Amino acid sequence: MATNAQSAAASTVVNGVASAKAKPRITPLQAFSVGFVILWLILAAFPFFWTLWGSFKVQSDFFSRADWRNALYGVNTIRETGGAFTLQAYTGAWVQEEFWRPVLNTMIVVFFTVIISLTFGTLGGYALARSGFRYAFWLLMLALVFRAMPHITLVSGYLLPFFEWNIWGILPTTIIVLVAINQPFTLWMLHSFFLNIPKDMDESAMVDGCTRFQAFRYVIIPVMWPGVITTGLFSFLLAYNDFAVTAMLLSSENQTMIPAVVSFLGTTQEAGNVMFAVAAVVSATAPLFVLVLFFQRQIVSGLTAGAVKG
Amino acid sequence: MKHKTFFWFILPTLSAMILFIALPIISVIIQSLHVEHEQVLITVENCGPFGCTESVAVDQEATEALLEEAPLGRFNGLGTYTNRAHLAFAELGEAWRGTDTWAAFWDRVMSLPFYAALAFTLTYTFVVTPFVLVLGLAIAVGVNNLPKMFKGVTIFLSLLPMMVPPVVGSLILLWMVDAEGIIGATIQNIFNDPNLSIRASGPLMWIMLIVYGIWSSIPFSFIVFYAGLQTVPEDTMEAATIDGASKWQRMRHVVVPHLMPLVVFISLIQLMDNFRVFEPIISFQAGAFAQSLSTIIYNDLREAGNPLYGSAGATSMLTILGVVILLSPVLVRTYRDFTRKSSH
Repeated sequence: MATNAQSAAASTVVNGVASAKAKPRITPLQAFSVGFVILWLILAAFPFFWTLWGSFKVQSDFFSRADWRNALYGVNTIRETGGAFTLQAYTGAWVQEEFWRPVLNTMIVVFFTVIISLTFGTLGGYALARSGFRYAFWLLMLALVFRAMPHITLVSGYLLPFFEWNIWGILPTTIIVLVAINQPFTLWMLHSFFLNIPKDMDESAMVDGCTRFQAFRYVIIPVMWPGVITTGLFSFLLAYNDFAVTAMLLSSENQTMIPAVVSFLGTTQEAGNVMFAVAAVVSATAPLFVLVLFFQRQIVSGLTAGAVKG
Repeated sequence: MKHKTFFWFILPTLSAMILFIALPIISVIIQSLHVEHEQVLITVENCGPFGCTESVAVDQEATEALLEEAPLGRFNGLGTYTNRAHLAFAELGEAWRGTDTWAAFWDRVMSLPFYAALAFTLTYTFVVTPFVLVLGLAIAVGVNNLPKMFKGVTIFLSLLPMMVPPVVGSLILLWMVDAEGIIGATIQNIFNDPNLSIRASGPLMWIMLIVYGIWSSIPFSFIVFYAGLQTVPEDTMEAATIDGASKWQRMRHVVVPHLMPLVVFISLIQLMDNFRVFEPIISFQAGAFAQSLSTIIYNDLREAGNPLYGSAGATSMLTILGVVILLSPVLVRTYRDFTRKSSH
């Protein structure tokens, strides 16, 4: 009995020592680093939640000169609408200002841009990954230089010819321009992805009598989807987030979401309703929120692919 | 791969890039050598009861016919490059002769639109990039030490500033720091100064633009560094610990050298992206205090009814020159690596 208790006591002591060793005390450095991460998280995420919360208030609450707590409790919102939350901003943007039109245009532009740039990009990226020729390297370098071109400089080259040929202002023109601007990045990313697929796979298919294209079609396409999905996400983001190209190349009836948000700012300041823009901003952010939620792993792997960011 | 097969595979992407990236650059070069037509003037004689007066009027029809005939405008050579809105050699020389102190000279130079934009663009690029590198690394190290269960949500929240469109991200920040936003209004109340606003102060506006730049780019460097930290060799770390290296020494002599290629990669991407800073200036409506090379091109193109293609083209060419200068060390380095690899 006594020995049992003794050994139990001894083992707790041993355990205690062991756990103290395995779990080092929190050093000031660690505390600082955790505090730093928490501070960053607040800085990164709080503005979004604040804007989401504020979008259900009236302007005099969200933009309150007197007291920032008005936005929290919605003092003026209750006075003006009876409830602490109001959908005024959203109905104003979506119904009165017809924000659904730009949303629809964005969906069309984004869908076709992603599909076409992935088709072009997989073909080209595959060729670059499998060609040992010198010009493949030079093409990649050229793509890097093209990737660095500020979009607005390209836009200033489009305008005059597009006006002359009468193709300015319509969606197909913008789609093909976005596809082209997307290509350098897509090529780099898919190129490095195809390099990771063993050469033996398609080469043995070709030994068995496939042509190069058949080998691509039946051997490579079935295994390329993870890389294509990752690249597709970044193509999506580029098309969805673009302002320079869509603002300059689309007529006002074909406007997409982001230029529409900016034009809200222009028009609503006289009308005294910035809240439309706030609602539009929240509406434009929501799909991205969901996207990051579901594709976090792919986005992270895409950023770290060592290739080029979108 | 045979040359012919390679050609067919690369054809769609190459033709897209040639048509919509290479040709527009050539189009920009041609545009930059031309300038808008002068309006065709005619002298009209108006005779009334008190005699005749001569007045000069614009001949709309002839002006339009001229534009129809040569939409590019008239040839101007390098005139646009050297005029006041661009390199402004004459104004620079005059400022050099006319001022006594460096400060006075600098003031004169900063009143020239191109140099003001260049100054902001370079300041933005070379302030944002180092901050993004250092803060991104610090956050990556911090997150790496967190318990596993917190990592997923940390990465999710961290990604947000980068994922949203720049226009949206900068508006969200602007609405908080604006005179009526939560932070702006609170600061005004604390200092009891109703004029303390980013819309009224140039330096504050610059700081806020740079803060936005850092905020929106940290996620990228954080994620890349975080992935790099997962590949730090365990053996080397252990050996360093046994040799008595402190945490800081291990960081300085093992981790950072291991991450060096990533530092180069992030700097390259950041320099390219920051040099074309554009959307935050539009969102912040910061035009009065800060212009970047991209925004002065945008303003030329938005010139109501009469876009200044020549001026936009000249600024575009100077911007492209800047990009090439920024990229040249990387290109030279990559080329050296490539030739070394292929000679083995």
